[in-house]
Amino acid sequence: MNQFIEWVSQPWSWYVAGPMIGLTVPALLILGNKTFGISSSLRHICAACVPAGIPFFTYNWKKEIWNLLFVLGTAIGGFIAMNFLANPDTIVISEATQSDLRALGITNFSDLMPTEIFNWDTVLSGKGILFFVIGGLLVGFGTRYAGGCTSGHAIMGISSLQWPSLVATIFFMLGGFFMTHVLLAPLMKLVGF
Amino acid sequence: MSKNINQTEDPNCVAPNSSQTKDKGLALLKYVLIGTVFGIVFVKAEIISWFRIQEMFRFQSFHMYGVIGSAIVTGIIAIQLIKRLNIKTIHGETIIIPTKEFKKGQVIGGFIFGLGWAITGACPGPLFAQIGSGYTVILVTLISALAGTWLYGRFEKYFPN
Repeated sequence: MNQFIEWVSQPWSWYVAGPMIGLTVPALLILGNKTFGISSSLRHICAACVPAGIPFFTYNWKKEIWNLLFVLGTAIGGFIAMNFLANPDTIVISEATQSDLRALGITNFSDLMPTEIFNWDTVLSGKGILFFVIGGLLVGFGTRYAGGCTSGHAIMGISSLQWPSLVATIFFMLGGFFMTHVLLAPLMKLVGF
Repeated sequence: MSKNINQTEDPNCVAPNSSQTKDKGLALLKYVLIGTVFGIVFVKAEIISWFRIQEMFRFQSFHMYGVIGSAIVTGIIAIQLIKRLNIKTIHGETIIIPTKEFKKGQVIGGFIFGLGWAITGACPGPLFAQIGSGYTVILVTLISALAGTWLYGRFEKYFPN
């Protein structure tokens, strides 16, 4: 038992995490004929809270309540993992990434998130507007326009061998590369890094 | 607008509910539980880390490629087994996997999401796990993502698709 607890406390490898995430697909299908996808939850929340008579948000979201419960579970899982199963050591980030990010003005590599960005003090600053507001808007808008996110397209869509999902995934990655290698440095400079 | 489509069968909705059996009360708890396991994995494998996403987009670590790749391989095997062995749901229903139609949105919207993913360091799943694990400021990102979703829905007809 102690060994198990020790193992559980270590950071999990990709070959443990990936298959566990992949198993979400058959779990949802077999337990409830549900198609895996997370970004839909954002649409359901809009439909539930501010439908405003918009056709895109006028549907029976209550039928999809399972999806909202799933993301509630994801938040609970985050809470459990962080409070009871937390990785004992600090995160190990690749040297190359650390040096690239240092050049952009990030100095603290001891947490899962760069603490100089991800805290409440930055919300009303340029940093907060870039990392929370603009980033969030792009994620919410883009996933809905694309009809899905990493879970709905990259995992569920490709797993069921649907080529439109492969196209979507390729463009997710291209967008990410373009932001990381072209836009991120000037944008970070602009917000005071 | 004479578009008279059943919104729950809208191809824009990638996570539709094909179940004929209505989940009620405690039966809904299983989705919370699956989500919980999912959230634990996100934190334990550091998938919620902004740094891990930067490593991925900079090709400086295999970790995220391994996670996503092995998740897809697992999913492919599972779905092939379901199809070939004609596995039913626990309620005896035939499993339905909706077809995704190709749309311009997968290219344009996909690229826009990618831009955001590299800024926030999180796709929608990890956003929820980050909030739960105590990064409460991510609530601002979540509200912004909801606003982005709403804006898409509000102005949907103006975007090529």
